[in-house]
Amino acid sequence: MAGGELKLLGAWPSPFALRVKLALSFKGLSYEDIEEDLRNKSDLLVSSNPVHKKIPVLIHNGKPICESQIIVQYIDEAFVGTGPSLLPGDPYERAIARFWAAYVDDKLVASWMQTFRGKTDEEKAEGVKQTLAAVEHLEAAFKECSKGKPFFGGDNVGYLDVTLGGLVGWVHAGEKLYGFNPFDATRSPLLNAWVERFGELDAAKAVLPDTDRLVDFAKMRQAEAAAAASNN
Amino acid sequence: MATDVPAVKLIGWYGSPYVHRAEVALRLKGVPYEFIRDDPINKSELLLQHNPIHKKVPVLLHGDRTICESLVILEYVDETFDGPPLLPVDPYERAMARFWAHFIDQKFARPFWMSFWMCEDDEHKEAFVKEAKGNLAILEEQLKGRRFFGGDAVGFLDVAACGLAHWLGVIEEVSGVTLVNGDEFPAFCKWAKAYVNDDTVKQSLPDRDELLAFFSGNKEIYMALARATLHK
Repeated sequence: MAGGELKLLGAWPSPFALRVKLALSFKGLSYEDIEEDLRNKSDLLVSSNPVHKKIPVLIHNGKPICESQIIVQYIDEAFVGTGPSLLPGDPYERAIARFWAAYVDDKLVASWMQTFRGKTDEEKAEGVKQTLAAVEHLEAAFKECSKGKPFFGGDNVGYLDVTLGGLVGWVHAGEKLYGFNPFDATRSPLLNAWVERFGELDAAKAVLPDTDRLVDFAKMRQAEAAAAASNN
Repeated sequence: MATDVPAVKLIGWYGSPYVHRAEVALRLKGVPYEFIRDDPINKSELLLQHNPIHKKVPVLLHGDRTICESLVILEYVDETFDGPPLLPVDPYERAMARFWAHFIDQKFARPFWMSFWMCEDDEHKEAFVKEAKGNLAILEEQLKGRRFFGGDAVGFLDVAACGLAHWLGVIEEVSGVTLVNGDEFPAFCKWAKAYVNDDTVKQSLPDRDELLAFFSGNKEIYMALARATLHK
């Protein structure tokens, strides 16, 4: 059984760092939570992730693992005796979980970011359109994976719940900021219920960022961007 | 015995490195399969039915199961069938193999592609070439004096990097841009040669002359696309 020292280099607003915190929380693993200032990256971060220089980075007994989905799979494989398994046991179900996890990052996250960060109204509107198209597919994926049970992983939280779970804080913050919830009750009732259910779990509550804090963070960043733009 | 084994079929386009990844994995595991050749210009109902989300190849059909996305297929094949393991056994080494495969498909891909197809006199070309070579140097370092990324035998990362072994030379010839040479990347060149000459790999490599004709025929399209996507 793997023990040893775990450190997580992260940033509290990051949904990708949150994924790793969720995985660690659901597995019941302790770790040192190191908050990085992304505008002044530490030597440890740069030396641990020289290729991307991004968070999250998990350092286990001095060895770094990068990329949130790879880190979550690592946690599941290295700590196989500790807490529940995140990935399903069956290879086909694992393939389905991996397929949809890749879809979340390649399609959903990219278009959702565009709804926040699009430079023009047209870009933002296109972001909304693509996000809702992606959510429609994920709603069907939830139906297929959950088979009527509460989570993508079935009775218990699994890999895909943790992957999407990283976004839950921003789902609530985005709704307060822009009135847009990608998982609204009319279009995606299953995912809408899943967001609420997931957020109520003790292991999730322990690490989910406060919505109002995220809203303040977003407003601060918007003000900075606006100031920078008007100074040009 | 053969009648009890669910049939394995692979839908693919001739000449695709992503399809090759899936084929070589099946061959390394000694799994008999039927190759269903699809046409990217005129996609079959079978493909659209089995991969409605991305409408791309490869698609693995195993009995009544459908698996899409080449790296997901690699892991599925590794976990489902007996034979030499494609991914390392150690969780940290597995995380590293996944990390570098992801690197090849994401960060590495764009400057690599753009280096070949940007116009000679475009000011951005040099920057792409520099970045592509920097990325190649990083991969060179990962070989660490081994014959393959997987050690003594072809493994997950070697298969993931197949485009750099067989397709690279063809693309260099068609575009007139040489990124890789034996002086700057000696380990990498040795690796590429070892990969394409491996007995199992050879069986599923597309014919080089056919690839040459294909890429030559599409040169203008690639160059136009490179210009069009420059600022994305």
